[in-house]
Amino acid sequence: MDAGDLRRAITRIAHEIIEHNQGLDGVVLVGLQTGGVPLAGRLAETLREIEAVDVPVGTIDVAFYRDDIGLRPVLPEAVTDIPFDLTGRAVILVDDVLFTGRTVRAALDALNDYGRPRAVQLAVMIDRGHRELPIRPDYIGKNLPTRRDEMVDVTADGVDVGTMQKKAGA
Amino acid sequence: MRHLLSIADLGGDGIEEVLRLTDNFVEVSARAIPRVPALRGKTVVSLFYEDSTRTRLSFETAAKRLTADTMNFSVSSSSVNKGESLRDTVTTIAAMGVDAIVVRHSSAGVPWQVAKWTDASVINAGDGWHEHPTQALLDCYTIRERRGSLAGLRVAIVGDVKHSRVARSNVLAFSTLGAEVTLVAPPTLLPPSLSGWPVAVSHDLDGVLPKADVVYLLRMQRERQTEALLPSLREYTALYGLTRDRARLLGDDTLVMHPGPMNRGVEIAAEVADLPRAVITRQVANGVAVRMAVLFLMLGSGGDLG
Repeated sequence: MDAGDLRRAITRIAHEIIEHNQGLDGVVLVGLQTGGVPLAGRLAETLREIEAVDVPVGTIDVAFYRDDIGLRPVLPEAVTDIPFDLTGRAVILVDDVLFTGRTVRAALDALNDYGRPRAVQLAVMIDRGHRELPIRPDYIGKNLPTRRDEMVDVTADGVDVGTMQKKAGA
Repeated sequence: MRHLLSIADLGGDGIEEVLRLTDNFVEVSARAIPRVPALRGKTVVSLFYEDSTRTRLSFETAAKRLTADTMNFSVSSSSVNKGESLRDTVTTIAAMGVDAIVVRHSSAGVPWQVAKWTDASVINAGDGWHEHPTQALLDCYTIRERRGSLAGLRVAIVGDVKHSRVARSNVLAFSTLGAEVTLVAPPTLLPPSLSGWPVAVSHDLDGVLPKADVVYLLRMQRERQTEALLPSLREYTALYGLTRDRARLLGDDTLVMHPGPMNRGVEIAAEVADLPRAVITRQVANGVAVRMAVLFLMLGSGGDLG
C-alpha cells in the first residue's frame, strides 16, 4: 500500500462509518497508542470534509490493561486523553494493525473505565490475521496475510512488511 | 527496578522515568473510576515500625488503584510486641507470598537488611534520619508540574536538616535534576559534616527568600526544644519560620512546600500554608501517583527497566 492507497482506504472507512451509524450523531473516535493515533486524526479530518461535523477524538494507552503485564517490559507510550464522557456514545476504536487481538481486548477493558458506550466498533488499517481472541474489525483498510514473524509498519507514506528483527540470544 | 532504597539507586535517568510514568497515573487518579488492573494478583504489604498516617495511606491507596492486594502490618498490634525479631517478622511475611514490602523504621539501613532477607521488592518509606525516596520523587514531580523543570531552580530547604530523611533524599534528588540547593537552619540543626553534600548553607532566611524559586520547610519536632538544640520554639519561629511578613519577600512564582504533618505557627504560619503558592495538598495528591509509578515499575513492567 502506498500513500494514495492509504488515503483512499481512509476515505472509504469514513464513508462506511457514516453509513453504518446513519450519520455521526454520538460518534467519537479513540485512537490506540501509538499507531492508531495519527489514523484517528486523519479519519476525523476526512469525516469533517464529508459531513462538516467535528467528531471528538481521544487517545488511549492500554499498557495498564494488558494481559502480558509482568511477562515482558510494558510501559505506556503516552498519557491517555479522553476528555469527554463515553456513556451513550458510539465509540470507534482506531488502530493501525490488528494482529492477535490482545491490544483490542485491553482497550475494551480500558474504555469501560471511562463510561458505558452504547456501542464500540473497531476500525483498523491492516488486518494481518493470527487472532488469538474472538475479536473482529468492523472497518478494514486492507486484509494482509502475513507470517507470524513478519512485522507490519503503517506510516503516512504507506504500509511496509518486514521480517521481525530477532533479538540477540532470542 | 528491583528495590527502591535510596534516590541514589535511581540516578537522573531513573528519576526521569518515574516522573514520566507518574503523568499516566495522575490521569488515572483523575478518572471517575481511578483504578487500573495492572497489578492484579500482586500483594503489597506495608511494614511500619514508626507511626505514619499519610505515607502508609498513600502507599495503600496507590496499591489499591493498581488492583494489588494490600496487607498492613502495624507494630503496635503485632508479635513484635511479643519480642519477635525484625528478621523473623520479614521471613514470616515473605513466606505468605508477597511481591513488595514497604518498610518504615526508625533505624537507618533497615530497608537494605530487609532486601537481603526476602525475594520481594523492597521500598524504603523512611529509615531513621537517612532517606525517604518516594517523598523526594513526589516533591520533584510537584515542582515540575508548576515550574516545568528543576534545572537551574534555586531551592531553599529550611529547618531541622539534621534529623530529616526528607532533606537527605531531597538534596540528592533536587541536585541530580539540576537545582541549586541551599540549606537554611540554625547550626545545631545541621549535620555535623556537610562534606560531599552538593549544597550551600545559610543561617539568614531573610537573605535567601527573595532569590528562592522553592521554599521547602521541614517539620520542627517539639522534642528538639527539650533536647536543648533550640532555646525555644518561639525563637525558632522568629528566625526560621515562614511567617506572614517573610512570605512577602517571596517572588511571584515561588512555591512553598512542606512534607507534612505541618506545625502551623511554628515552621509555617497558618495563613501562609493556605496561600495559592503553597502546593502542600498537591504534594499529597501527587504522592499517590508517584507511588503507583514506583510500584508499577517494580512489579508490573516485567523487565529491567530502571
